[in-house]
Amino acid sequence: MKYVDEFRDGALASKLAAAIRVEADPARNYAFMEFCGGHTHAISRYGVTDLLPANVRMIHGPGCPVCVLPIGRIDMAIRLALAENVTILTYGDCLRVPASNGQSMLKAKARGADIRMVYSAADALALAQREPERQVVFFAIGFETTTPPTALVIRQAKALGLANFSVLCNHVLTPSAIMTILESPEVRELGTVPLDGFIGPAHVSTVIGSRPYAFFAEEYRKPVVIAGFEPLDVMQAIRMLVRQVNEGRAEVENEFTRAVTEDGNRKAQALVSEVFELRRSFEWRGLREVPYSALKIRKAFAEHDAEARFGLAYQSVPDNKACECGAILRGVKKPTDCKIFGTVCTPENPMGSCMVSSEGACAAHYNFGRFRDIPVVAA
Amino acid sequence: MCLAIPARIVELTGEDNARVDLGGVRKEISLALVEGAAVGDYVIVHVGYALSLLDAEEAERTLALFAEAGIDVAAAAEEGAAP
Ligand code: SF4
Repeated sequence: MKYVDEFRDGALASKLAAAIRVEADPARNYAFMEFCGGHTHAISRYGVTDLLPANVRMIHGPGCPVCVLPIGRIDMAIRLALAENVTILTYGDCLRVPASNGQSMLKAKARGADIRMVYSAADALALAQREPERQVVFFAIGFETTTPPTALVIRQAKALGLANFSVLCNHVLTPSAIMTILESPEVRELGTVPLDGFIGPAHVSTVIGSRPYAFFAEEYRKPVVIAGFEPLDVMQAIRMLVRQVNEGRAEVENEFTRAVTEDGNRKAQALVSEVFELRRSFEWRGLREVPYSALKIRKAFAEHDAEARFGLAYQSVPDNKACECGAILRGVKKPTDCKIFGTVCTPENPMGSCMVSSEGACAAHYNFGRFRDIPVVAA
Repeated sequence: MCLAIPARIVELTGEDNARVDLGGVRKEISLALVEGAAVGDYVIVHVGYALSLLDAEEAERTLALFAEAGIDVAAAAEEGAAP
């Protein structure tokens, strides 16, 4: 068992595809949202869409941490680096996210800001220890998967009395984002986004467990199937969703039992609640302000909270007018609905955040799906 | 940044750290967020930290469910073919 090849087997994939075709009722349409960018990536990369019958449609969700980061938060980091002369450390994908006035962290770096890429939160902490003369700020982003490592380094920094290390916290919560989509007028009233169920995130669920999704199944009558990131996992999850819809069930099911339990990772959860508390409100790109959808650092760790230490204030900035990321993140539009997709906006020169990370809907479609848009003409 | 493949622990290197094998690539990661991980276990690694252990029995069960899809299809086809 290597947990990889077995879950990418082509012969099994066509069997699963055949099973989905048999089970999907030709008299109805199915629309499922894969919440997580990792699934968006897998679906595009392995061409899962091509294996599905025409009446089963996948909608990309907002679960790509880079994609939902609003311009104003990146501006904060750039301002901090340029005005306060601090060193900003962040995950690689953040560097190219468009900020105000055509800026990005990468461009700010070219202008002399000390902005560096790290692979992990531990690397950020180690760098602060190595360079005590510099003020080091870790620009932390991500859902429930990257939050526990951030919590860990904040606690370590406090224990070490590390005076030159703080965190600019942008951690967001998956359940609030799902809730916002379900409450959005497009889904609730207008019916412009038919949504029959969700593929629940893989890695996020290893941390939070399967329990937090029960609310969506019960309250909104939407089935949720938690799935692993391999193509066969995704196809099996789609099959399970089709079954639930056919049988009129709305339950939380877990396809990813090899890694996800009901309770999740209790150790990580305890650490997160020791260091973080809920933010009253946080702006998401595409979803606007979402109440109680993000985390902030608790008072007890204020010394390592960059917002408190440098007195940073958040200022909201509207997105590029041509960019449809907002609508795409809410499932209302597709990447190809954007006028500048693949022309002005490419992964090399992203105009919007969905084109930055390979998990973003626009980048995934650009890299793996765009040739399918071109009709094949027989010679 | 969320993409990751399961990694096999090849050596415990002390202070909650371990060396893992990621499809042939060796890498040092942290085990600080999981409990009871041992050499030979597979873990899901995310930004340098193991988030959970993989359960071999559950994996087999899931693979068996995939395989069962083929049987379903055959059965359905037979049903369809029956007069
Ligand atoms: S193609 Fe670029 S500009 Fe258009 S929606 Fe996607 S990220 Fe935004």
